[in-house]
Amino acid sequence: MAVDVIMPQMGESIAEGTIVKWLKGVGENVDRDEPLFEISTDKVDAEIPSPSAGVLLEILVPEGKTVEINTVVGRIGQAGEARGATAPKPSAAPAPSAAPVTPAPRPVPATPVAAPATPTPAPTQPAPQPAPQSAPAYVRSSPVVQKIAAEHGVDVSLVEGTGEGGRVTKKDIMTYIESASSSTPPVTQPAAPAPAPKAPAPAKPAVFASGQEEVREPMSIMRKKIAEHMVMSKHTSPHVYTIFEVDMNEVVKRRDAMKREFEAEGVKLTFLPFFIEACIRGIKEFPIINSAVDGETIIYKKTVNVGIAVALENGLIVPVIKHADQMNLLGLAKTAADLGERARSKRLMPDDVQGGTFTITNVGVFGGTFGLPIINQPQAAIMGIGTITKRPVVIDDAIAIRPIVYLSLSYDHRIIDGADAARFLTVVKRELEKPAGA
Amino acid sequence: MGSAAHSTSCRAIDLGLVDYDTAFALQKAHVERLQRDEGDDVLIYVEHPHVLTVGRNATGRAIVADRASIEARGARVVATDRGGDVTYHGPGQLVGYPIIRLEAGRRDLRRYVRDLEQVLIDTLADFDVEAVRHPVHRGVWVRDKKIASLGIRISRWVTSHGFALNVFTDLSYFNLMNPCGIEGCRMTSLELECAASIPMAAVRERATVHFGQVFAREMHEETAGVH
Repeated sequence: MAVDVIMPQMGESIAEGTIVKWLKGVGENVDRDEPLFEISTDKVDAEIPSPSAGVLLEILVPEGKTVEINTVVGRIGQAGEARGATAPKPSAAPAPSAAPVTPAPRPVPATPVAAPATPTPAPTQPAPQPAPQSAPAYVRSSPVVQKIAAEHGVDVSLVEGTGEGGRVTKKDIMTYIESASSSTPPVTQPAAPAPAPKAPAPAKPAVFASGQEEVREPMSIMRKKIAEHMVMSKHTSPHVYTIFEVDMNEVVKRRDAMKREFEAEGVKLTFLPFFIEACIRGIKEFPIINSAVDGETIIYKKTVNVGIAVALENGLIVPVIKHADQMNLLGLAKTAADLGERARSKRLMPDDVQGGTFTITNVGVFGGTFGLPIINQPQAAIMGIGTITKRPVVIDDAIAIRPIVYLSLSYDHRIIDGADAARFLTVVKRELEKPAGA
Repeated sequence: MGSAAHSTSCRAIDLGLVDYDTAFALQKAHVERLQRDEGDDVLIYVEHPHVLTVGRNATGRAIVADRASIEARGARVVATDRGGDVTYHGPGQLVGYPIIRLEAGRRDLRRYVRDLEQVLIDTLADFDVEAVRHPVHRGVWVRDKKIASLGIRISRWVTSHGFALNVFTDLSYFNLMNPCGIEGCRMTSLELECAASIPMAAVRERATVHFGQVFAREMHEETAGVH
């Protein structure tokens, strides 16, 4: 009786793996636990031991292919055992632990096959059923994918599969959901902001064939939506920009003093929560920054929901820290870390990106001194944080070296004047520069 | 099983300057020992003479220099069995090869990568360098520059290969390639970020402490002389 070899799950967040190498060829003997194939995910290669002893009967997934976990990648049985003689369902993943799980015995298929005890090779057998080489149509996606689809109300059949046999992989569905969610913006329309926090991956250079002068590539859905929102925002709001220089010396001290305490809570304290806290103070004093325009009416929002722009591989997303004005530094740090992590691992819920009233974008992450972001409609202002850099500054007529950051505010001049913006940034600066003891 | 306070012990061994092949053989031997459940977990530190190593995921386009110009710089190219694309190792770079048994709760490839990144982020923080994870690429970054690379192999939950942290590396060697297959990837070093010279031993010492914390291992330092 043949045993299925399946793609094991090599970690909680891992949904698929690439076979980089089969260490045994078809027809070769393999011992139980002996390395059978190698897989690769990200930066890690891993060796997968054989779930059983016998002969490698067939390889169903060739080297270089990426398949989802629990996909049958090969089959092990007795020499001469008929191909395709296996149970209809793959068994539980044999985790490549020291004690691999032996696949559970399964019912013998109704179709006649060589008895497992038969030591002699069976003569060529007429196979009554079609060879199960390609996955049947109904398994075009895994339970993981189906669950994600159900959660997001997506019809899997609409998603183009790039996996083995056209299967819809987790990546496919996430890409689909991402592009779909940006194509049907929620009511609050959290338009992607800022051109400044560019995608982290260097843009793929176009490949020119010899003699070719240009290459035309259709925009992805996400790219089209970003483009649309950017134009809409610029068209809607006359943007004005004000930039302030802030000395981060005191924040650095405060952060150093609190770092351990935060670590004890399992939170890495970055500079971001300090910026958010300072902005909230500024908004409390100048609520116009936290407003929106509705026709000829100005809507002032009491609650401050701060959107944080996060760069993704093919664009960006702005998860929102809800009720940021009611959080202390620890709460802000925890929430920001959680949202950032979930944005990058594509586990944001639709609600996470809605309801923002003000946005912060870190243009310094990728080295920018400062940036002039585009307002995230229908909000009224967005603040860009540049790189914190040590610079010589004059303090009391002496030159000192201080960590300096440039904060830029892009705001809607229909409702916010330069004076308001400067007053707001003055509060932000005052909050950030206040002595660490205070 | 056992008390929660119990922690596995791990030897941190500094081998100094060792060529890539020797270190590779040593790693392999220790992996096999651990697979037989013999011996302790180890964290091997080395510095390599100039070498370009090509991982299993290499696209083949990552090395941009021709063989002659690589050799002219005293480097050679070696194929290896870790994950990841191409990278450079050389003097002034702290290379760490943790050969450890991942216990039940840690048997997650991504978690292992994240944990190693954390060791390096914490180590760099001790030198006041704020390092982060990149939203897309693995490794450890300071702003838009890469300071440490990872390449890992796991066989039957025993780890090998590991990390390479630029302490005072001659970064011009990275110009021979697109590090880790990332085009336009710029590198940095601890020395550059601190604008001060940092002794290798100090970095090693901090890395050992953080490795012990992140992986819940009781670290024992050995200066040299295994095998």
